[in-house]
Amino acid sequence: MANVPQELQYTKEHEYVKATDDPNVVVIGITDYAQGELGDIVYVDLPKPGASFGGHDVFGTIEAVKAVSELYAPIAGEVVEVNPRLDGEPALVNSDPYGDGWMIKVRVAGDADRAQLMDAAAYSGLIGQ
Amino acid sequence: MAETVAEQALKRTPLHEQHRALGAKLVPFAGYEMPVQYPAGITAEHRAVREGCGVFDVSHMGEFVVRGPDMVAFVNHVTTNDVAKLAIGQVHYSTILNERGTIEDDCLVYRMADRIMLVVNASNREKDLAHVLRYAGGFDVTVEDRSDDFALLAVQGPKAEAVLQPLTETDLSAIGYYWFAEGSVAGVSGIVSRTGYTGEDGFELYVPAADAPRLWDALLATGQVTPCGLGARDTLRLEMGMALYGNDIDDTVTPYEGNLAWLVKLAKGDFVGKPALEAQKAAGIPRRLVGFTVAERAIPRHGYPVLVDGAPSGVVCSGTMSPMLGVAIGTCYVPASHAAPGSAIEIDVRGKRVPATVVKPPFYKDASHK
Repeated sequence: MANVPQELQYTKEHEYVKATDDPNVVVIGITDYAQGELGDIVYVDLPKPGASFGGHDVFGTIEAVKAVSELYAPIAGEVVEVNPRLDGEPALVNSDPYGDGWMIKVRVAGDADRAQLMDAAAYSGLIGQ
Repeated sequence: MAETVAEQALKRTPLHEQHRALGAKLVPFAGYEMPVQYPAGITAEHRAVREGCGVFDVSHMGEFVVRGPDMVAFVNHVTTNDVAKLAIGQVHYSTILNERGTIEDDCLVYRMADRIMLVVNASNREKDLAHVLRYAGGFDVTVEDRSDDFALLAVQGPKAEAVLQPLTETDLSAIGYYWFAEGSVAGVSGIVSRTGYTGEDGFELYVPAADAPRLWDALLATGQVTPCGLGARDTLRLEMGMALYGNDIDDTVTPYEGNLAWLVKLAKGDFVGKPALEAQKAAGIPRRLVGFTVAERAIPRHGYPVLVDGAPSGVVCSGTMSPMLGVAIGTCYVPASHAAPGSAIEIDVRGKRVPATVVKPPFYKDASHK
């Protein structure tokens, strides 16, 4: 069973959004289910701090041994921080997707997109568990 | 969970329940529901085979048994390698060509005293059978498709012999690379073949389908064998530069183009495709399958465009991240002018041109069998 933490929000493309102490900044990564489906991750290409994107824009790519996937922005915003460890240790996304395997921190442009996100129960339903 | 009609239409190997119990991820492959990986993951399975011992269920592979007074002459006619050179107990790699000289399939040819066994790709099994039977007239032979009767377990890795020896009376050290014996392992009778598709030492065990679960369970019970899926099988074979039919070779290329000239024995007499090969040899080989490495952080994948001197030149045949080398590797066809190791080409990786360098396979040089 994939881990679906209660306190996070989710997209149907299997990204998660996690709150931080700053109400305007969120952490984005991919879910435990997504990393399990992708398998061993070998590269994560992420935008640089300062980059901004709209909700549902492609913000990066993730390469597993078997396949490449695009990463979709759950919400519009500006990148304020990128996980520096993923360059050298992409497998952190496999081993700890909600912790050390986080991808970017984003300053949220507005609240409009957040209403579109799923809660844990809805996401669990989406992945059939 | 309800299964869809499509899933039910897929064939299953005799080890399906074993795969489910181990938590394998099952995917459709060549009409079968096959394990692509187990929970350990492709990289861990790959390393297990390079460093220890892994087992693959490759029961989907096809087996044809040829019998009769003309069996050697017949198999020599429908394959390119020289079957007459095989001793009883020996096996070789070969190709099956059509009259255009292009590759219908690659295969293994096993020479027994009373029969010859051809092992073919699952996806080509029906096509291959029809193809070879077209040439059977005039030869006193029978050809039987025994694919559903046999399971095939590939036990691969530098520790394969040490792991397997306690389970069999057959002296494994007496079986050379690309030789085989008929014997029993864990009480299951079959063919013990010192062959594989990983570059490592190892054995392929052809056993009756009904006995396969018992053999699989006995192997895993040793605690020294890692179950491995088709994902690791693909990365292992590609690190060795071994061709995968449908990706690296198919019926649009000759063995000369596909880097398989060593499987063609023109001097052995007539065989299907020989006139076309002689013509190509005389005219010159226009393009060749090569290996390449990518210096940047990008993985070339099957179907990505290849550029030679800046112009489009076909697509990537196979590509992956090499688990052992930590760099991206791949194969593609290039004009003969760019086939030499060191030649510079480019790969279009999702719109970005990435430099690549032609290298001579194998990519991985430290395998226990080369």
